Amino acid sequence: MIFQFFQTVVLGIKSLMVQKLRAGLAALGIFIGTATVIWLVAMGEGVSFRAQQQILELGARNIIVRTKQPNEGEQDAANRVKTYGLLRADYRRIVENIPNISRAIPMRELRFELRLGDRTADAKLVGCVEDYLALNRLEMARGRWLSSRDRGKKVVVLASDTARRLFPFENPIGRTIWVGAEFYTVIGQTRDRTASAAIGGSLDSRDYNLDAYIPLKTLRQRVGDLVMKRVGGGQGFNFIGEDVELSQITVEVENIEEVDETAQIIETLLKKYHEKEDYAVVVPRELLRQAERTRTMFNVLLVVIAGISLLVGGIGIMNIMLATVTERTREIGIRRALGATRTDIISQFLIETVVLTASGGLLGVLFGLSVGPIFETLKRAVLTFSPESLPPIVQTLEPRIAPWSVVLSLAISLGVGVLFGVYPARKAAFLDPIEALRHE
Amino acid sequence: MSVEDQIAFRVEDLCRSYFLKGETVHALKGVSFDVLAGEYIAIMGPSGSGKSTLLNVLGCLDRPTSGRYILAGDDVATLNDYQLSRIRGQRIGFVFQSYNLLQQLNVLENIKVPLQYQGLVGSEADVLCQHLAERVGLGNRLYHRPTELSGGQQQRVAIARSLVNDPYFILADEATGNLDSKTTDEVLDLFETLNNDGKTIIMITHEDEVAARSKRVIRLRDGLIESDTRN
Ligand SMILES: Nc1ncnc2c1ncn2[C@@H]1O[C@H](COP(=O)(O)OP(=O)(O)OP(=O)(O)O)[C@@H](O)[C@H]1O
Ligand SMILES: [Mg+2]
Repeated sequence: MIFQFFQTVVLGIKSLMVQKLRAGLAALGIFIGTATVIWLVAMGEGVSFRAQQQILELGARNIIVRTKQPNEGEQDAANRVKTYGLLRADYRRIVENIPNISRAIPMRELRFELRLGDRTADAKLVGCVEDYLALNRLEMARGRWLSSRDRGKKVVVLASDTARRLFPFENPIGRTIWVGAEFYTVIGQTRDRTASAAIGGSLDSRDYNLDAYIPLKTLRQRVGDLVMKRVGGGQGFNFIGEDVELSQITVEVENIEEVDETAQIIETLLKKYHEKEDYAVVVPRELLRQAERTRTMFNVLLVVIAGISLLVGGIGIMNIMLATVTERTREIGIRRALGATRTDIISQFLIETVVLTASGGLLGVLFGLSVGPIFETLKRAVLTFSPESLPPIVQTLEPRIAPWSVVLSLAISLGVGVLFGVYPARKAAFLDPIEALRHE
Repeated sequence: MSVEDQIAFRVEDLCRSYFLKGETVHALKGVSFDVLAGEYIAIMGPSGSGKSTLLNVLGCLDRPTSGRYILAGDDVATLNDYQLSRIRGQRIGFVFQSYNLLQQLNVLENIKVPLQYQGLVGSEADVLCQHLAERVGLGNRLYHRPTELSGGQQQRVAIARSLVNDPYFILADEATGNLDSKTTDEVLDLFETLNNDGKTIIMITHEDEVAARSKRVIRLRDGLIESDTRN
């Protein structure tokens, strides 16, 4: 039985080899379809894996409360100073009223120019507390992090890129730099850190490498809440001011199950004291769930697209098999005269079709599985010719092969073989033996 | 042994009509005869007299419109496609005018085809096929493709193939029609040897010299038996 099946397979391969090019072209459709499924899904998984990593960077037990510029009409244009955002009082209220939090970390950030001689860095000046380091999983490259004794002092910790701009050659520790109009002493430098996910209205993901950290108290005393910005150009520039106390409060909850509930409570609490919607409560866990949903939808879409390409491949296969059956009508007649039953003829042509699609499918899987190295080589080739032509998302993309996509694509290609092989095979089996024998 | 035991098959009042767009062609109009085991019969008759039609019915490739064809106790008209296929594979050997070998297979594989449909595979099958190839004088051509053989050689492969299932009888439709007189003689020698060994052979031919070598001649005309004579 098994031996007979094996013989039919061998016969199928032999018959296919009679028309190598044609068989090859027919299998190509399935090859492309199968490889497409694996490639597309691997790309999609790569993108969503990174998105998830970034969200996880935000911390699954965290609730992020951010200041948001309220959307308001032009009626405020005359009012040159906009006051909005989270208040130090909000911070106090959260800490005092919400019991199940392990810590809450206030933070204020603004763009600021750092200077040393003629070297400048347009950095993000972050006023923060000691816990900020652990919260954002920052690591020190050299020197030390801010301590409680630094509160109010003019000390600064530079992030990697900031340090590189101001001190391309020297060790920055112990040196002084200009922060606005005052001297600050550099006490430490952090390591490079990958960006985390975008949150709270800002589309950019958070890039930690152009930061400069100073104690929150220092920021408040030396820089203040009100920051004037020059806008417009031409004659007589305009200034607008922004009066913001805190940019963000990160709340860490003791128990991951309580994240959603606590976020609700914080939201209710803040609503009582804010007329405008000048804050946003972001729950990374929720972002993660959203990303998961997006990923599922994305995968369904990819599978549908790839399924269509396999369907097209299947139609190609059917076309070839119909031609084969017509061409081999006489062979069918001979085999029938020699004792082949209809079932024998059906299995012969069906197996032939499946051999065709399966070989296309297997090669497609092999090609699909090598997506990593191939994509890497392609990327490098493009980058050497025109480094700027690839968007950053593609540059950092690492395809991740999903095992289910391999199984699925192989199953679909076999299914396509059976589905589109049945009709030609039945057509062959139901030929009248005498007519078939007479066929030229 | 009674005559009944020796009967290979029997046809009774066999009719076969073709229905074409309102027109009916009666190819066989009531043919009856018995064939005993071990007979060597030539069927003759003018073109269109129904010889091939009769042979197709005898070979279970076709079913009679009416009448009975009794083969090993079964009325063939009542059998389904599967049963007919099994009979063709087990009891009947075909030899065609145009050889009808499978081009993608070599001599040995061609001879083996009927065995595969009976589920007979493996080394015994190989030995049997090789033996048959030798018997028809092609022991040194086992791995040649049909395109590499002469017409006479191809027909001998076809005869070897028709013997591989040890059939009750061999049906040959103008088996020598494409061959020159020398190779015709070779094929007929082969048939004669087979018949002497006990095989029943029924062949269609247009040539009197060919028919002369058989033991019984049935002449058809317009779908009816004109004469049935023993040499
Ligand atoms: N498939 C068919 N459809 C319609 N008519 C057919 C068919 N096959 C045979 N016939 C008719 O049946 C009659 C007998 O044909 P058959 O092929 O049996 O003749 P034959 O004796 O073998 O002739 P030849 O010596 O030329 O081979 C002919 O009139 C032919 O036209
Ligand atoms: Mg004929």
